[in-house]
Amino acid sequence: MSSSVKIKTLTIDERQVGAREDQTILEVARENGIRIPTLCYLKGLSPYGGCRMCIVEIAGSPKLLPSCMTTVEEGMVVSTQTERIKKYRRSLLELYFSERNHVCSVCATNGYCELQSMAQEVEMTHVHFPYMYPHLEVDATHERFVLDHNRCISCTRCVRVCEEVEGAHTLDIKDRGIDVRIITDLDQPWGESETCTQCGKCVHVCPTGALIERGKSVGEMSKRKQLLPYLTKMREAQK
Amino acid sequence: MTPEDFKKIGETHRKKRDGFDYTINVCTAAACVSLQSDKVKDELTRQVKEQDKKDVCRISGTGCLGLCASGPLVTINNDQALYGGVKPEDAAEIVKNIDKKPVKRLQIPADMPFFARQTKIALEHCGKTDPEVIGDYLALEGYEALYNCLTTMEPVEVIDIMVKSGLRGRGGGGYPVGLKWSTVHKAVGAKKFVICNADEGDPGAFMDRSMLESDPHSIIEGMAIAGYAVGASHGYVYIRGEYPLAIKRLKAAIRQAERQGFLGKNICETPFSFDVEIRLGAGAFVCGEETALIASIEGRRGTPRPRPPYPAQYGIWGHPTLINNVETFANISPIVRKGADYYASIGTERSKGTKVFALAGSINNTGLIEVPMGITLREIVYDIGGGILGGKKFKAVQTGGPSGGCIPEEYLDMKVDYESLAQVGSIMGSGGMIVMDETSCMVDVAKYFMDFCQSESCGKCAPCRVGTAQMYNLLNLISQGKATMHDMELLEELCDVVRNTSLCGLGQTAANPVLSTIRFFRDEYLAHINDKKCLAGVCVIEHKEEPVL
Repeated sequence: MSSSVKIKTLTIDERQVGAREDQTILEVARENGIRIPTLCYLKGLSPYGGCRMCIVEIAGSPKLLPSCMTTVEEGMVVSTQTERIKKYRRSLLELYFSERNHVCSVCATNGYCELQSMAQEVEMTHVHFPYMYPHLEVDATHERFVLDHNRCISCTRCVRVCEEVEGAHTLDIKDRGIDVRIITDLDQPWGESETCTQCGKCVHVCPTGALIERGKSVGEMSKRKQLLPYLTKMREAQK
Repeated sequence: MTPEDFKKIGETHRKKRDGFDYTINVCTAAACVSLQSDKVKDELTRQVKEQDKKDVCRISGTGCLGLCASGPLVTINNDQALYGGVKPEDAAEIVKNIDKKPVKRLQIPADMPFFARQTKIALEHCGKTDPEVIGDYLALEGYEALYNCLTTMEPVEVIDIMVKSGLRGRGGGGYPVGLKWSTVHKAVGAKKFVICNADEGDPGAFMDRSMLESDPHSIIEGMAIAGYAVGASHGYVYIRGEYPLAIKRLKAAIRQAERQGFLGKNICETPFSFDVEIRLGAGAFVCGEETALIASIEGRRGTPRPRPPYPAQYGIWGHPTLINNVETFANISPIVRKGADYYASIGTERSKGTKVFALAGSINNTGLIEVPMGITLREIVYDIGGGILGGKKFKAVQTGGPSGGCIPEEYLDMKVDYESLAQVGSIMGSGGMIVMDETSCMVDVAKYFMDFCQSESCGKCAPCRVGTAQMYNLLNLISQGKATMHDMELLEELCDVVRNTSLCGLGQTAANPVLSTIRFFRDEYLAHINDKKCLAGVCVIEHKEEPVL
């Protein structure tokens, strides 16, 4: 950090906080113990701004902004838990559940799933949008991992960790809209991938049961949440 | 090149043209070409040769003449006679009568309101010049505005002209052009870029295509002036791959401009250098959104990112970038030439100048028009547009494409400007105007646009990806007569969620067609739901026999 970085003060949920000018609202909030829910954000990966769970209200702006990609400004007044935002977060989460086949009772990550715990956090009791029940495939061709599209929320953490941390760029995304899918290489079965290094980082950053280790049964697939923070820390220490 | 040089080119060209008594212009924009205007042109050329009128008669291709409904269009000496619906076999008669009375059978009165009510600024050269010949453009004061900017004005003075003209972005948002230019001008960066957004994707809109096909040099000149004003030396035109003719003409125009020294190094012998490169879109509507467009130019997947930072600060590869629409750039050189005051004298208090619209749908005179801001919708539909096709009853006019709304009859006397359109839940948009008559079902219209949005959503953010698909499913249920009032409530709730939580403009405005049709045509929705009836008779509703108990 160069000495020319300026310090800004702002208010988050009626608390005065200080921040470096290049920090995002989300980073500052976390530093100060203010919890903002996120799904696609993961410290150590580039921000994505796609899950919309971290939206916050900023006084004077009619738009809701994603706190993971909005940098702080002097005198900003941020609210993270207004009734309006809570309602939208709940609706968003219901949309996630309605999109694909999230059946916790038969999921390997049952009990360790971020989508599941997020539902508890935002007090979602049921899904009042119609379920879409798409017919999706499971790619179990890899010898160590399984990609289950039924549980995927398209947060692209796996794509980003594969490209940015592992440097393999095996995973990517294809198609658009409701048809987006995570793919390996040029949309080949994962088991035939020539670029996959079998590092397993994608599995451990995946918030849901979309990426799991082969052979794990219901409720057995806990993710090593410390993997990425540890790697990031070691890399920073090397610099 | 000095001004004398290029004035000489224009002069020579003009003389060459004036050497003929008659110039027959044949529209060679896509709409007329699709009706075989190229064959008409070939036949006219053959007839001129055959009837031995080569010395008095000159045949030239030209840009869009506007009245696409009556194509292929042919003019004699620009306004001496205008012929519509010309077929190759009519060529002999046209050439035969060139020095006599016009052919009545084909003639379209040039004083009809369609032409008389328009004010042409961005389209000033459309239909008057050959888009494939730079000399034609130079003969009409082409590139003089650029030369004057480079030699007599500081960049800030150019920006000042834009501020004073009151020109607002014509891509849809209506952001003040002067303000955007000055932001990019002030942004710190060793390298800056200018982008022309020609990724016109709204269903029923063809303004950008027509302008690029008809007058590509005015867009190049506008971009070069913008480059000078903001301090950029490189420009991109992001044009959709579905416009092959526009791409071909733009490519040719860039090559000509480079050869004549209006692009490239040391333009007009000044220190200013600027070049223009074409990038083709691969058919994604979302790439019209500026951050997605930038990602696409950079070679990445065309998905938007949250703003701020805006491209003015952080654009292509992180450099400050100016993005304007085709029509905006087409307005630049006329404004510099005619002065900011002239431009600002047209239009309303907050929306200055003129706007190009693509008239489409159930209207007699479909085509490309340019009207002063503040004109009423009634004037556009009934005077310029010539009323509804087949004498049917007017129902609504849709502006702004999938981001806009439907405006019903009671607002026909509303002035067309950015604020008024926003007030009735629509937007100015890029200029698509689809007129609908009584045989259109508004639920079906909303369903059509939602289908468009859900298939064009990039899938990055959940509200747009899942929300638009859910809304489409609900609209489908309503149109099939299978919905309940609960589905209607869900639909309205989804509109609110998607509009407020989506990442980019596509999602934030995707609900507009639904919201505006619910607002003005709620009775139609209710008829589908409660009475299982489509008032316009468009939706197919299967009636199940109630089982007799």
